[in-house]
Amino acid sequence: MKAITANRLTDGRVIYRTAEGQWSSRLDEAEHLDGDAAEARLAQAEAEFGIAVGPYLIDIEDERPGGQKWRREAIRLTGPTTGSTHEPA
Amino acid sequence: MYKYDAYDHALVRERIEEFRDQVARRLDGRLTEDQFKPLRLMNGVYLQLHAYMLRVAIPYGTLNGPQLRTLAHIARRYDRGYGHFTTRTNIQFNWPALVDVPDILDHLAKVEMHAIQTSGNCIRNVTADPFAGAAADEIEDSRPWAEIIRQWSTFHPEFTFLPRKFKIAVNGARDDRAGIRVHDIGLQIVKNEAGETGFEVWVGGGQGRTPRLAQKIRDFLEPRDLLSYLTAILRVYNQHGRRDNLYKARIKILVEALGAEEFGRQTEEEWAEIREGELELPAAEIARIRAFFDRPAVSKAQPVPVSGKPGFAGWLRRNRRAHQVEGLSSVVISLKPVGGTPGDITDDQLDIVADLAERYGFDEARATPDQNLVLPHVRNEDLETVWDALVAAGLATANAGLATDIVSCPGLDYCSLANARSIPIAQAISSLVEAEGLAEPVGDVTIKIDGCINACGHHHVAHIGVLGVDKRGEEFYQITLGGAFGNDASIGGIVGKGLAGEDVPGAIVRVLKTYLEIRDENERFIDTLRRVGADAFKESIYVAA
Repeated sequence: MKAITANRLTDGRVIYRTAEGQWSSRLDEAEHLDGDAAEARLAQAEAEFGIAVGPYLIDIEDERPGGQKWRREAIRLTGPTTGSTHEPA
Repeated sequence: MYKYDAYDHALVRERIEEFRDQVARRLDGRLTEDQFKPLRLMNGVYLQLHAYMLRVAIPYGTLNGPQLRTLAHIARRYDRGYGHFTTRTNIQFNWPALVDVPDILDHLAKVEMHAIQTSGNCIRNVTADPFAGAAADEIEDSRPWAEIIRQWSTFHPEFTFLPRKFKIAVNGARDDRAGIRVHDIGLQIVKNEAGETGFEVWVGGGQGRTPRLAQKIRDFLEPRDLLSYLTAILRVYNQHGRRDNLYKARIKILVEALGAEEFGRQTEEEWAEIREGELELPAAEIARIRAFFDRPAVSKAQPVPVSGKPGFAGWLRRNRRAHQVEGLSSVVISLKPVGGTPGDITDDQLDIVADLAERYGFDEARATPDQNLVLPHVRNEDLETVWDALVAAGLATANAGLATDIVSCPGLDYCSLANARSIPIAQAISSLVEAEGLAEPVGDVTIKIDGCINACGHHHVAHIGVLGVDKRGEEFYQITLGGAFGNDASIGGIVGKGLAGEDVPGAIVRVLKTYLEIRDENERFIDTLRRVGADAFKESIYVAA
């Protein structure tokens, strides 16, 4: 399965596209897509203006980021793994 | 320290207002991201994994108290309470909102700072020896020359759209602490047989996916000719640099393709056309800029103290550097607490460094290519007071130049270009080295880590380099040995196949232990490595992997 992610225009935060065409900071609210539907939704997201910067498709496996870029997307989802005081709020 | 004149202030103010309008037009849809991206990059604003990142320029790494306090304020109010010093002696904020960036730039402008020349294919922030104006081995202060280059290169219309980014370093000491051989242009201040000061000119160095050491194209350049000669080099590069291929666009590729001799010949040919013109530096202008960089004076020189406090003597031994003025010392403020994030500093720590710089440091601090800070001028009688304050602030780690003083790029925890994480590897190595009690016995060694081949963490020129790569979704790390940054600059060689992340700290520790076993008396790590060769360490890397 796929989901659409992007960064929010105003502050750059990671967001996911919902089935209602809104954007959420929660991956569990993202619309799961496959095949042509994923490409069509992505084209739609790319054509919209206002909230998202650089939308793209990511792989989803077991409700989590999957595929070859799973670690990158997991870090985008949960923040830096560096610990200390630098965990995202 | 250089002070802005009316022209500098106007230049920065105009740029902020221009960018404020560009941000507004992006937010209301009049600019697309494709249109906006090059504009934001020209103002130091990147879009990384989690957020926008603002890279603030610190020309030749020099900061004063008010500037440090402003960086603290930005970290506190607009970020998450910390900033990150980079190997180019800049500072990055990892979490600013785009809507806040124009206001952040306003704060910076009030203390004569900006984010110009921190991105794009222009001449980037010029770097210099972080101990310039202080080092005991100095031939001449490199900062006035770095400032002259900064003023000449800022918004230079001919060099704003070069084939690729362009980095210049100036070193004025006998020890090269600016890394002139891994820069597009490296300038080494020298004296000729007549005792006159000038520049050796090196070109074509750089790291990234094609690491190359710069080659010397001129033994002695008179100071008045500095800008005309730089212009000639850049014109040859601008004319012939590979704009067709991003990976072959740096000057190092051109110098290699032409050969240093031919590149030098073309430069001299171009220079002959322009050297007598308006680019010749007037002596009065050189003197005017030099006057901003006074050497601090001490009325009654005191010796370096010997204190009974636990830890102070060790900190002096590792983090103090000899000063050219009797009665003064330079000290390294390590931003490498064991297990911490290399180069990170909190808002409160920035305020404390500002206090120390103002009270005890002639209002100066420096950022270093090793992601540490320096107080370049501290009276010897104030060293213990400074150390006490640093201890209280968690900034007194006595590890400058040791195996726990690790350089690391932000890696996959922040950077959109990275393939693998680097900070957690640095944290794990420094924790294990500390647990094994190896840092002091091993002594001087450089360990530098990158999360991709762009090499912002300088792994190519580390005695022990670590390069993260991605193999089908898993992180692996290549170990390089034998690199060096400085007079004996060299590019490290890959030892063998990549290791899993969890195996890297153990491998590094085994390399350090092997060194302790085979070194000759008083032999540094890099000298042992060069004597016996990298293969002597190979088994220690792979034995348990």
